[in-house]
Amino acid sequence: MIKTEGISKRYGEKEILRDISFWIRDGEIFGLIGPSGSGKSTLLRILDLIEMPSEGSLSILGEDALSREARFNLRRRMAMLSQKPVIFARSVYDNIAIGMKYRKASQAEIHDRVFRALQDIGLPDYAERPARTLSGGEAQRVALARAMVTDPEILFLDEPTANLDPHSVEKIEEIILKLNREKGTTVVISTHDMLQGQRLAGRMGVIMDGRLPQIGNTVEIFHRPATKNIAQFVQVANILQGTITTHHGGEVTVDVSGKVFCAVSPLDPGTKVNILFRAEDVTILLEGNPRTSARNVFAGKITRLMPSGPFVHVVIDCGIDITALVTIRSVEDLGLAMGKEVWVSVKATAIHVLPWEK
Amino acid sequence: MAGEIVEGFVQAIQLILSRDPEVIGITILTLKISLASTLISAAIGIPLGALLYYYDFPGKRAVVNLVQTLYALPTVIAGLFIFLLISNQGPLGFLHILYTAPGMIVAQMVLVIPLIVGLTFAALSSINPEMRQTVLSLGATTAQSLWTLIGEARFGILAAVILGFGRAISEVGAAMIIGGNIRGYTRVLTTAISLETSVGDFALAIALGFILLSVAIIVNVALNLVQSGSMWQGQAIS
Repeated sequence: MIKTEGISKRYGEKEILRDISFWIRDGEIFGLIGPSGSGKSTLLRILDLIEMPSEGSLSILGEDALSREARFNLRRRMAMLSQKPVIFARSVYDNIAIGMKYRKASQAEIHDRVFRALQDIGLPDYAERPARTLSGGEAQRVALARAMVTDPEILFLDEPTANLDPHSVEKIEEIILKLNREKGTTVVISTHDMLQGQRLAGRMGVIMDGRLPQIGNTVEIFHRPATKNIAQFVQVANILQGTITTHHGGEVTVDVSGKVFCAVSPLDPGTKVNILFRAEDVTILLEGNPRTSARNVFAGKITRLMPSGPFVHVVIDCGIDITALVTIRSVEDLGLAMGKEVWVSVKATAIHVLPWEK
Repeated sequence: MAGEIVEGFVQAIQLILSRDPEVIGITILTLKISLASTLISAAIGIPLGALLYYYDFPGKRAVVNLVQTLYALPTVIAGLFIFLLISNQGPLGFLHILYTAPGMIVAQMVLVIPLIVGLTFAALSSINPEMRQTVLSLGATTAQSLWTLIGEARFGILAAVILGFGRAISEVGAAMIIGGNIRGYTRVLTTAISLETSVGDFALAIALGFILLSVAIIVNVALNLVQSGSMWQGQAIS
């Protein structure tokens, strides 16, 4: 288990991390998501014990990881793969073997494991190649093999697939999942790709401006982000400003420029709020609900259609802009087009209410 | 005068082609002394350069500057310094190495070690700083880290050693002061050329000059090979 308490890091006057406290369970895949430059890499380097925090405490695998005596041995029980891995000017074989050589493994064992790792990463014939002649994706896979062959109990991955071709990304994700499943390796992966976070990680922490404002499972973070910034980062398409008008037993009504939304929130009437809901939680209807009292149903006109892969973002002007995400097939089936008049509906439980922030 | 020079060249070529025992003897002694001083300097200078790179300490910048200044240490000053140390009255006089080949080796080391320390430091400093963290993360001890990093900087360090050999074999000041140019014992190419020129035996001087130039060319070719090798290996693709 990894446990951090109040970790901060400063380079001179510049504060990179501030008061980071969280824990990671043995055997889980934990994601660190956040924009580039938010401090993810620094945090991972501190956890991998190649950098010291300015403040705070850190315990890894039951040991005080900031004590001088523990650090070296702990490092040998962990491994790290960074976004731009350092490749040694030697053969692919020697690159993968280096960690085992440091640990004084026997030649036979090194040979055996390196060739097995080359199979695993899909580069079985690459042993003798000069490693610096590899493509970016191949080099990244070799660096992953180098990290894996020492059987780390914890594997840190710092944006391991940024800028890689889709084939390499898929391969690397497959290896990571297999490692976690079969060997129970604890994996901590940082990424700015939320979808990758969702594909791989059970729990995630969000890092923004050197802080850790939210930890949770993917559903919590994607649907109930703790701040407006997180909502924007996880691409919540609908972020609207309003004021709570009524509150009955946990259910509230929120006035947004004259439109009334029903939602679930403990906040009191009069509170200024942001209401958030994801585009995929918005349903487009061709006919309004006969019950005019239906909640969260609004009439509007389509003003934009933005294709994105097999999906289309549809912006509907209901007095306020509401964005829905539908499949290309639905666009055809429903005959959605610019200027078409439709109804949109969103469930009260899909709406997340946050106190208003600037 | 022009006739003498032409005659000198002709005789010089004859001396080399006929494998004149004196020419051969001086050449072999020169190579022995300079190779020995270079190899011992490398054995001392490479680890020192690596430690200088690896550890941060107050005054590090000043030490680096001092080492770099010593690249240009005049050879006669090195000779004088070693002379004072190893002369009979000097603190190391008991070694009795003045006017001997070992004494010359020590003097050349004074000239070569700063070069190898400084260029080893520079070669290590030019490798990706993240490599140090990577090596650490892979579980290396300090000694293992240094060994790996020296391996990564091998071309730059080899170039440093070759340059050191070039400095050792071509210097004349220290060789003259410490060796004393004793025929058969401490007479090397540079001191012999100096002597033969002053006594007017141009043929021998020119022949020895040819040999020294050839060594310089070989050193230079080796250096170029090392550098092109490093360019080939260094084709980094991120």
